[in-house]
Amino acid sequence: MTVTPTPVPVGTGTVLTLRGVSKRFGAVQALKNIELDVRTGEVLALVGDNGAGKSTLVKTIAGVYTADDGTMVFDGQQVRVSSPAEAQQLGIATVFQDLALCDNLDVVANLYLGRELRRGRVLDEVEMERSSWELLRQLSAKIPSVRIPVASLSGGQRQTVAIARSLLGQPKVVMLDEPTAALGVAQTAEVLNLVERLRERGLAVILISHNMADVMAVADRVAVLRLGRNNGVFVVSETRTQDIIAAITGATDNAVSERAARRTQQEGSAS
Amino acid sequence: MTLHGSEIRPQDTPRPGTSSTNGTDQLPADLQDERLIASHGVSGAVSAFTARLRSGDLGSVPVVVGLIIIWAVFQIANSSFLSSRNLVNLTLQTTSVGVIALGIVLVLLLGEIDLSVGSVSGLAAAVLGVTFVNLDWPWVLSLLVSVALGLAIGLFYGALYTRFGVPSFVITLAGLLGFLGLQLLVLGKEGTLNLPYDSALVGFAARSFLSPAVAYGLIVVVVALYVLTRLRGRGARAAAGLSAAPTSIIAIKAAALTVALVVPVVVLNGDRGVSSMFLFFLALVVGTDLVVRRTRWGRSVFAVGGNVEAARRAGINVRMIYLSVFAACSTFAAVGGILAAARLVAVGQSSGGTDTNLNAIAAAVIGGTSLFGGRGSAYSALLGALVIMSISNGLALLSLDSSVRYIVTAAVLLIAVTIDSLSRRSRQAHGRA
Repeated sequence: MTVTPTPVPVGTGTVLTLRGVSKRFGAVQALKNIELDVRTGEVLALVGDNGAGKSTLVKTIAGVYTADDGTMVFDGQQVRVSSPAEAQQLGIATVFQDLALCDNLDVVANLYLGRELRRGRVLDEVEMERSSWELLRQLSAKIPSVRIPVASLSGGQRQTVAIARSLLGQPKVVMLDEPTAALGVAQTAEVLNLVERLRERGLAVILISHNMADVMAVADRVAVLRLGRNNGVFVVSETRTQDIIAAITGATDNAVSERAARRTQQEGSAS
Repeated sequence: MTLHGSEIRPQDTPRPGTSSTNGTDQLPADLQDERLIASHGVSGAVSAFTARLRSGDLGSVPVVVGLIIIWAVFQIANSSFLSSRNLVNLTLQTTSVGVIALGIVLVLLLGEIDLSVGSVSGLAAAVLGVTFVNLDWPWVLSLLVSVALGLAIGLFYGALYTRFGVPSFVITLAGLLGFLGLQLLVLGKEGTLNLPYDSALVGFAARSFLSPAVAYGLIVVVVALYVLTRLRGRGARAAAGLSAAPTSIIAIKAAALTVALVVPVVVLNGDRGVSSMFLFFLALVVGTDLVVRRTRWGRSVFAVGGNVEAARRAGINVRMIYLSVFAACSTFAAVGGILAAARLVAVGQSSGGTDTNLNAIAAAVIGGTSLFGGRGSAYSALLGALVIMSISNGLALLSLDSSVRYIVTAAVLLIAVTIDSLSRRSRQAHGRA
């Protein structure tokens, strides 16, 4: 796919800053002193093993949970987010893994669910359909028709609709929770293209993923969480995958690096 | 709404069959994808319709076919079934069940159920009777109090459901018993109250019919409104760069609508004419349909019925939707009960008995509103009620007793629910769930 991106002011400004964010669930310290800087026009991947606290952190930023401790600075102002609606109003949009689409409604209805355009008291279907197309075209999204129920769309298309919906609130930060999980090769590529398109629009994207290939392909920086703590922030262009995996697992002699070493050894002995 | 950010134009893909390079620019925005099966003009509309049917999106087709079969069978069995006189009776009988079924449609759209509509309709009728006849209240006040009672009951259900999460099935089962008891209590020892025959309510329900001139005038107004809104919608879509229905299709639909309205009116005018009460019911159906399809509230009802969690996260006030729908359902039940009482000129212990309850629920389901939520239409109340009351009316004409009526109604209900389940499965297989 060739697109000619008109130069956007890719801001290097920090739009969201977390300092010392902690969260406990009973006796479990889920997050401890988390520091995070999210910049505009940048894809920040959030990685970590199962139970590292990725989801908790995302939900804390999204307002599903409230942090026990720490500060959150959004757009230069210290904020306290206590509900998902507040986060959305601030400009933090989240696409959760289950997408939360209504299968029985069509694409337009899903995109505008909860913020339908109206003329008087009546829904303005024409304007909603027109701007749905405008938005989907801008994202180069491949949706054949916006008047079919979402149930008939593929996984990647559903993901596209969910992401497009998050953009309608004019957010500054978009968080994507495992957007490529359970997607095929082509669909994954489509979603990754979409992520790049979001970056080109000057949005800050937080991408949660288990898939290191996706992370290395699309992210600018990678923040690693381990056991609820920061375990390094890497600039993708200057980092090898092994280093990030080492940070995720917390050891250089982990299962992944052992496997890699074994394979190089085998190749060495074979030659 | 304009979208800020960079302007990225999708690469124009040449459409097969369009040689010019700017072929995509000439097509409406919603028809540019090359995977879409192009359907143009009248034949396109027909083939799109048959494709939808095949995929299991049956809409109101089964109930219309069923109604035609039922009417044909009864007409063969008794030639007076389709007479003007009997059809006028049918419209009168249909109204109260239909109004109650309208409320059931709303509740079913949420994927919930109200089993107590019969009892609520009976209670509303009893309150109306006692306050109007025994206490000599003005009829308007009696009417308002009865309707408000329905509203209050619905709000109570809604509050129980949203506060405590009690399944609607159980709440309304309790309501079925409780409000039946209350109805008997309100009626007291006598058990039956006769409404004064010359009261306005009875006049409206039993003796008020439209004159032919008014009926035909209404048809002209309705068709004109239909054509106007369609043409305006067409203009708006074209202006927004979207595909618009060709005028030929609008003309055909308008003609079909005219026939669908004129034929029944001609037949009904052969006897007393179009009942005011039935017209009131039709107005309620059309109004509910518009509210459900064209307002934010209606869209929210469908969303909650489809996926509660998604609706909640989209910022929809889910509690308010549940409360308002349960309230609307019980209010419709109260209105239906009052109409039934006014038509029969009496309120008794059997007002709104088991028949009413099951007929109304069966009507909504037979009409094509899904029991699984998120799918249905206000018109299913009209069509379903016509089916149910045609069966009951036809069997009464054949002087078969209620044993047969119960069995036939049960069979029709089972068929309707089976069609609903099958078409749901087919829709899922065709990605139209």
